[in-house]
This record gives sequence, C-alpha cells and structure tokens, in this order.
Amino acid sequence: MAASSDRNPPPFPSSEEPEAGLSDMADGDSDEGEDIFVNNSNPVAVSRGVSQPDGVNEEPPDLFSEEEASNPITKSNGVHSDDDNDLFAEAHVELSTDKSGNSSGKDLSSVSGPRTTSSFNQSPASMQPTSLEQLEEEEAKDSFDVDVAVTNPEKVGDGMNAYMAYKVSTRSSLPMFRSKTFSVRRRFSDFLGLYEKLSVKQSLHGCIVPPPPEKSVVGMTKVKVGMDDPSSVEFVERRRAALERYIQRVVSHPSLLQDPDVREFLERDDLPRAVNTQALSGAGFLKMINKASDAVNKMTIKMNESDTWFEDKFQEVENEEQQLRKLHALVDSLVNHRKELCGNTAVFAKSMAMLGNSEDNTALSRALSQLAEVEDKMEQLHQEQAASDFFIFAELLADYIRLLGAVRGCFDQRMRAWQRWQEAQSTLQKKREAEAKLLWANKPEKLQQAKEEITEWEARVTQYERDFDRIGMTVRKEVLRFEKEKAKDFKSQIIKYLEAMLQSQQRLIKFWEAFLPEAKAIA
Amino acid sequence: MRSVSVDLNNDASLLIDIPDALCERDKVKFTVHTKTTLSTFQKPEFSVPRQHEDFIWLHDTLVETEDYAGLIIPPAPPKPDFESPREKMHKLGEGEATMTKEEYAKMKQELEAEYLAVFKKTVQVHEIFLQRLSSHPMLSKDRNFQIFLEYDQDLSVRRKNAKEMFGGFFKNMVKSADEVLISGIKEVDDFFEQEKTFLLDYYSKIKDSTAKAEKMTRSHKNIADDYIHISATLNSISADDSTKVEGRVASDQELKLTELLRYYMRDIQAAKDLLYRRARALADYENSNKALDKARLKSKDIPQAEEHQQQCLHKFDKLSESGKRELTGFKGRRVVAFRKNLIEMAELEIKHAKVSNIMTGSHAERYSYFGTWSGDIYFN
Repeated sequence: MAASSDRNPPPFPSSEEPEAGLSDMADGDSDEGEDIFVNNSNPVAVSRGVSQPDGVNEEPPDLFSEEEASNPITKSNGVHSDDDNDLFAEAHVELSTDKSGNSSGKDLSSVSGPRTTSSFNQSPASMQPTSLEQLEEEEAKDSFDVDVAVTNPEKVGDGMNAYMAYKVSTRSSLPMFRSKTFSVRRRFSDFLGLYEKLSVKQSLHGCIVPPPPEKSVVGMTKVKVGMDDPSSVEFVERRRAALERYIQRVVSHPSLLQDPDVREFLERDDLPRAVNTQALSGAGFLKMINKASDAVNKMTIKMNESDTWFEDKFQEVENEEQQLRKLHALVDSLVNHRKELCGNTAVFAKSMAMLGNSEDNTALSRALSQLAEVEDKMEQLHQEQAASDFFIFAELLADYIRLLGAVRGCFDQRMRAWQRWQEAQSTLQKKREAEAKLLWANKPEKLQQAKEEITEWEARVTQYERDFDRIGMTVRKEVLRFEKEKAKDFKSQIIKYLEAMLQSQQRLIKFWEAFLPEAKAIA
Repeated sequence: MRSVSVDLNNDASLLIDIPDALCERDKVKFTVHTKTTLSTFQKPEFSVPRQHEDFIWLHDTLVETEDYAGLIIPPAPPKPDFESPREKMHKLGEGEATMTKEEYAKMKQELEAEYLAVFKKTVQVHEIFLQRLSSHPMLSKDRNFQIFLEYDQDLSVRRKNAKEMFGGFFKNMVKSADEVLISGIKEVDDFFEQEKTFLLDYYSKIKDSTAKAEKMTRSHKNIADDYIHISATLNSISADDSTKVEGRVASDQELKLTELLRYYMRDIQAAKDLLYRRARALADYENSNKALDKARLKSKDIPQAEEHQQQCLHKFDKLSESGKRELTGFKGRRVVAFRKNLIEMAELEIKHAKVSNIMTGSHAERYSYFGTWSGDIYFN
C-alpha cells in the first residue's frame, strides 16, 4: 500500500461552486444539502468561525494541537461480560468535543441541526487553501458524544417465529436526541433494515456505509428451536457483538449520525418491521457488491482519470481485501486447532488422573494427579485463548473484509455517477443536433420544444457533473477517514489480543510454578 | 540428552554413547562409541557403525537367552520414523507455488527442526538401550553385547544366522499369549500377585495416556504451523516470535512428557514379559509336579520325573528371586525417572512462558506507540 504522502490533492472545485451547489441542493432536496454540508461544517466551523473568514487560524491551539481522543472504538465482544451497571465502560466512540474559543462566534460547540446549515455555507469557500493535509486534520477533529451499546439478547416468542431481541442503549449529550440516555429493543432484521435504508440514499452516495453482520439460517434455527448448547450461546454472543460493532461504526460516521433513519433507529420505540432484507441474507451483501462491480466493469467507455488517485486506491483496496481473506482463513484454522487442543488436553488430563490413581508410589501418585489438574487448567486457558483468537482477531478480519467491500461499493457509485454524467452529455449532444436539424427544417413549435429540452438537459449535465465531483470528494474523504479508523481499530484490537495473550501466559507460569514443588516432592 | 531414564552412564568401567549418526534415506547409521577399563575388551576405546536392525538383533538374542529369563530385558528401541516430517516436506514441496518466499522459508525451517527433533529422539532412544544394558550387572557381561560393541565388521551376517536359529518363536509367543497366561496362573506369592495386578492396570493406563499425550502435542504443532502462515501473511513481529515459542513448546513437551510415557509403556511391557516368563516357569513346575505324581502312580521313570521337577522348581525359584529384585529396582527407577522428567518439563514450561511473556509484553508496548497514521505496517 502506498503511503498517504503519495496522494495528490484533488482538484478542488472553484469557490463559487459550493454556494451554487448548495442552493441547487436546497431547491431539489433539502435533506441532501443538510447532510453533506452539516458534515463538513462540524469540525471546520467549530473553530474557524462563521462570520470571520480570516479567523481560520485564530485558534491554532484548538484546531491543530488538540490530541486525538484516546479511546478508539473498543469492542466489548464477548470476551468480557457486559456489566449492566456501567454499560458504557467498554463501548466508546470518539469522546472529546471541540470547544471553540471564539469570542464573537456563536456557541459552536452545540453542533448540527438544520438551522446551522445556512450559516455555514461560506465555509467551504473560506477553506480556500484546503490541501489534503488539512482535510486529514479536519477528520481528526470529528468528535461525537455518542455511546451505543447492544446488550441483553432475549428470545421473544416460540418455535419458528421466535426471534432474538437486543437492547440498544444510547447515551449522548447531543441536542438532536430527545434525552440523554435511552434504550430501545431491536431485532436483527431491524439492523438489516437500517442498512437497507442507508445504502439506497442518494445523499449518502460515496459514503462508506458500514455493512451489517450476515444472516445465518443455521445459527438462528438452532436458537429458535430452543437449543441451549454452547454453540448456540456462542452464536448469539457473536451476533450481539457484531451488531454492536456495526451500530458503533454507524454512529461514529459523521454523515450517518445526522441521518434521520439512524436517529429513528436509536430512539423510536416501535420501529416498523423491515421487510426487504432477503437480499442481505448469507453472503448476500458481498454478492450484491460484486454484482455491481461486474456491471461497472462491463462499461464500454473507460473513464479517463485526470488523477490516478482513484485507480491506485481501488487497486489497494482490492489487494487488501485479498490479504484479509487469506488471513481470515488462517485465523479460522488457528481457532479450530486451538479448540482441538482444548479437547485433547481435557482428555489427556483425565487419562493422567487415572494413571495417578493407578500409581502405587504415593508421592508420584499425587504428583500425577496434580499434573492432571494443571492440564485441566491449561485446557481452560486454551479455551479462553481460542475465544480471544476468534472474537478479537477473526471477527476483526471478517468485519474489515465486509467493510472493504463497502469501500469498493463507493468507488462503483462514483463510476456510475460518471456514467450518468457522460450519458447525459451525449443525450445533450443529440438534442443539440436535433435542434440544428430543426433550424433547417423551420418548424417553430418543435424548435421551441427542442430548445426547452436542451435547457433541461444542460441543467442535468451540470447537475450530474456536480454530483460526480461531489461523490469524488466524498469518496476521498471517506477513504481517508476509513484508513484512519482501520489503523486505529487494528492497533487497538491487536493490543487487546496481545494483552489477552500476556495474561494467559502469566497464568500459565503460575500453574506450572505451583506444580514444580509437587514434582520435586516425589521420592 | 538423557532425558528419559535416570543417569545411566555412571560406571566408568563401561561407558557407552552415540556421539553422532548419519541419515541416509531410510537408514540411520549410528556411531556407537565405547570407553572401557574392562579387560574383556580388546581396546580401551573404540567406535563401530551400527544400524537399527543390529540393535533389534541384540535385543532379541538377549530375550531368547534362558539365563536372562528372570531379568527385565530393556525394551528394544523403536524403528526410526521419519514418516511424518517426510510427508510434510513432500506436501510443502507441492505447495511451494502458493506460498510467499518467506512463508516457504519458514515452513522449511520448521520442518527441518522437526526432522532434527525426530533424529535426536531416535539417537537418544538407541543410546539409552545400550546404557541400560551396560549398567545392568548381568546383561553388561553378555557375550553378544560385547560383540555388538566391539565387532568392527558388519553384523548382518550374524543377524541372518540368529534369525534362522530362533525364528522369533519365543518372541511371538510372548506377544500373543502373555495376558491370558499371566492372569490365569494362581499366584503363590503376594509380592507377585500385587505386581501382576499393578502392572496390568498401569500398562493399560499408561498406554492410554501416551496416546492422548501424542494427540495433544500434535495439536500444539498444528497451532505452531498456523502461526507460521499467519505471521508470513501478517508480517508482524509478534506473530513471528510466538511461532518459535509455540513450536518449541510443542517439541519440548514431546520430548519430555510423551517420551517419558512412551518409554515407560515399553518398559512396563518388558516387566510384563518377565512376569510371563515366570508364569510359564510356574506352569512348567506345576506340570512337572503332575508328571511326577503320574510317574509315582505308574512307578515308572520316577528319578527322571523327580529331577525334572527339581529343575523346574529351581528355575522357578531363580526366576522369582531375580524377578523380585528386578521389579523392585524397576519401581525405584520409574519413580526417579518420572520425578526428573516432570521437574524438567515444569521448568521448561515456566522458562518458555516467561520468555514469550516478555516478548509479548514488549510487542504490546511497541504497538501502543505506533501512531495512527497508517495500518500499512500490517500488510506488505
């Protein structure tokens, strides 16, 4: 993968465009404008100030020196038990909020809401020398005060109509929510439904919408039927953890957090049931992405990239996905072998105990029994290590394989936007040719119509071009943000994994140190 | 590496070791080196090349020797088995194209280590066999043993002759009939009654434990291999080192625990063989009693029958006496060996865990200092 310094900054749209764009947006779909520019404005305007374009560097300490929030997304993923009292002890999204020291500015720390949109429409323009580095630093300023946790899986109903309901608890000081802490009950299809809604939104095109965990017919059937065996328990825990990570990723995304569907998901007591989730069954998500990719690949007109950033990045993403898949398969194998080791160790421990019983030398007999106990403890250690392997390592990889699929999806969306633009251009061309022909044929009514159509298509071309540029910008920003998050995520998970290993090793040492005197006592 | 039995090479009058060995395809050639102060040998120090089959010949001739019927003959060393690493090497060669250079190199390294471990193990086992003999008051004086140590020509001619002479008859009988015979005979002596019960029970338990220990260490090896593949893909330091530690833990446990169990399983079989021989002698004695009674009834051939009976009794008594000595010694030996091995195993576990603990700790520390600028370090 190329280092970030290799990237060329995107050709930034000219300064008047965002305004025009904004008013266009405002005309067409106020939702869109709100989503895009509120997102932009959050980090930027907080410190830069609305009414003072020259106040860009007014608060350097705030903007550039404030340290990144310390807690990356940590996952309470079944390794530690959920403590109902402090639900948020382990589930944290970004913590710090920027406090602007602007004396004359509004209270900018209260973020978002439709009313702030118009006051920030200057900001992109005032962002003039916005290099990629500054874009990156803006991302660093993303700060949200939202904690979400998914807990308490409970079976509702009986038989094949039964389902698991999960408690989704939110704690936030953001004004857009009705209260500071609240919780709702949601089922798996609700999560899928949320994804469904988000993924079709035009306004979110170019955004990396986190994909939900996959459906599993086998797993769920066992749960429905009421089997209480350890594998069902593990299945439910795995799903709960995956849903939690999913929703945490959603709320940590600045645009998505603003989305009314997300808010509804978190707040509304009775959510209408999502019905169109069949497409997302099993490996459905990735299948969907791949189908879309194929459609794009079949495009006859190849896009002429003015800058290679997109091509290079796409290649990187594909490579990385390959690597992760390979790694995931290996970690899966590791988990299985460790589970085997557990089984074999348990069996061996029993055998040792029997041997100890047979042994007629008392001290040796006791030592062998002790050895059997140590091996029993080792089995437990292996069990925990296997859980750690799985929940920390394997699930991380699985998540990112799906996320990379989503990233690829964004690139495809951009391509399709480009396609639409090109098609509009060629249609416009045809209309113009038709007009020319009509001029010669001298048919005034048809000419008028042709002129109207041309105007319409000119507008469309402009619109689609702007869409394309906008998506391009979004994709860039999203990818940057994604890479940051990914690095943080991996780092924190690997550290967690190593720490679990450390603990396990220390306990191992204790067990054998306790055994040693027994062995020495043999006479 | 005298890890399995107690220190055997103590008596300076006859010191034996296998300082090196060659592996040619299937065959392993051991160099048996002897240092002695005994006048029965021609030279004070000498070395001869020997194959595995020579060891088997020596073992079998000892077993077939009547005079040693009352002794526990040290179990024959098992045939060198390079099947597992060889198969893996083969698979590795086939899969070379699908791996990165680094992964291949690492796997190759692991395999070579495994090969080496098997090699060391087989040398050790053959060495211990000889040392058991040299430290036994009676067996060390055996003529064939001396020939084995000294004869600088190829032993294969002798081996063929021996096969023709004995035909492995006795050995085969022992293998198939001992359980029945031993449990069938009514025991007159408390000591042997107890020993019989104990050994039969212990044997089945230790056989079970050996099998389970082998499975466990195989799982460990699988995990070590997984870590190699993972680290190759991940290219991260911590996974690298844990590979070595996991691999080493697996091979150390293999050497210590599994080998201990395996060895004593075989030794107990040898002890059972002794019991069998004694049981047979007892049966012979009982039969000779019956024959004597019959002869007395018929008043025919009484002196022969009497003599035969006396011989059987004498043989049985001799066996019982030496058997008791052997079995008591065996008990003590076993306890000491277990003690030594268990201590060494525990110490090794602690040592390795501490080492890997330090390494894991330092890696965790290093990772926590990595900035959030890139996840690229993980993927190359």
